[in-house]
Amino acid sequence: MNTSSRVSVTRRRQWGALLVGAALLFGSASSMAVDAEDTLTDPVLRTRYESINRELRCLVCQNQTIADSDADLAKDLRREVRGMLETGKTDDEIRGFMTERYGDFVLYKPRSMVLWAAPAVLLLGGLVLVGRIVVRRSQSMTTAAPDPDDSLANDEPDTRPMDGKA
Amino acid sequence: MNGKLFNRYLWPAIAVLALFGVFMFALARIGSGDLVVSEIPSPLIGKPAPSIDLPTIAGDESRFNSASMLGKPWLLNVWGTWCPACRDEHPALMEMATVIGVPIVGLDWKDDAGDARNWLASLGNPYHAVAFDPVGRTAIDFGVYGAPETFLIGGDGRVLAKHIGPLTMAVWETKLKPMLLAAKGGQP
Repeated sequence: MNTSSRVSVTRRRQWGALLVGAALLFGSASSMAVDAEDTLTDPVLRTRYESINRELRCLVCQNQTIADSDADLAKDLRREVRGMLETGKTDDEIRGFMTERYGDFVLYKPRSMVLWAAPAVLLLGGLVLVGRIVVRRSQSMTTAAPDPDDSLANDEPDTRPMDGKA
Repeated sequence: MNGKLFNRYLWPAIAVLALFGVFMFALARIGSGDLVVSEIPSPLIGKPAPSIDLPTIAGDESRFNSASMLGKPWLLNVWGTWCPACRDEHPALMEMATVIGVPIVGLDWKDDAGDARNWLASLGNPYHAVAFDPVGRTAIDFGVYGAPETFLIGGDGRVLAKHIGPLTMAVWETKLKPMLLAAKGGQP
């Protein structure tokens, strides 16, 4: 076997692993727990029921929603959601009912804007920082020849070849 | 090493080490049980306790109504015969019932009333009363998500504290009793 074909096999394996990973990541949210006593027939209520269940955390198995969980408490909470839908409660009233009892943690999507904004803010901050460093480096490289007595010279990137024969 | 190099490498190194220290500290607290990350803080603390109006486990006409407890502090202990940690907790409840001078009300959660009566007949009954909640509706009002859980309720009907997991004399002394004393304005 020659080297180039071995490389391409490895590449193909890498792509395969990537696809499997992506499938696991995005394809696993389809399971739904079903209750025997579930008699919700109205299609509109049905849709609201399923979407609100996907917003509520199962408190026992904390990384599942009550839509996915077979835990006893999740079953009880689904029963409460059905009861509230049938008595004409709005989605906000149902969310309010849950957070009054279990706190914001019961909401699978955090309500705090800080949490949602943090990744974007941090990314922007990092980009600005990197940009400033790049600009400063390119300016110091083009304007001044390195002065051996100047400690700033230590800021210059080391451009010598790696083998150290330069 | 000159000052510039010192600044460039030492401060980031200190920052990384400090971060590492914070992580290790948190991990050590989790490892020693001081910090339980799965515990969900109750939004009910400081708020009026949900009202309870349920039959008791006696199986007759008797009922428990939380309005009957107004005027004095009490503990609400959520348990079930299906719950192994509740069995571990039981001896502590027996001791507390004779020592702490605060009545303990049981909430028998998602259980069988006959099983509950047998449990108390064989292990002893530390409870002032035991409300029976087979469907778990009242437990949802209290935000219960496991057993045992215990709520300390003040004489004014407000929730003063919640303890998740088995109650012990140590938990009473260090966590619940101080909350009760603070709520009473320092009067023992």
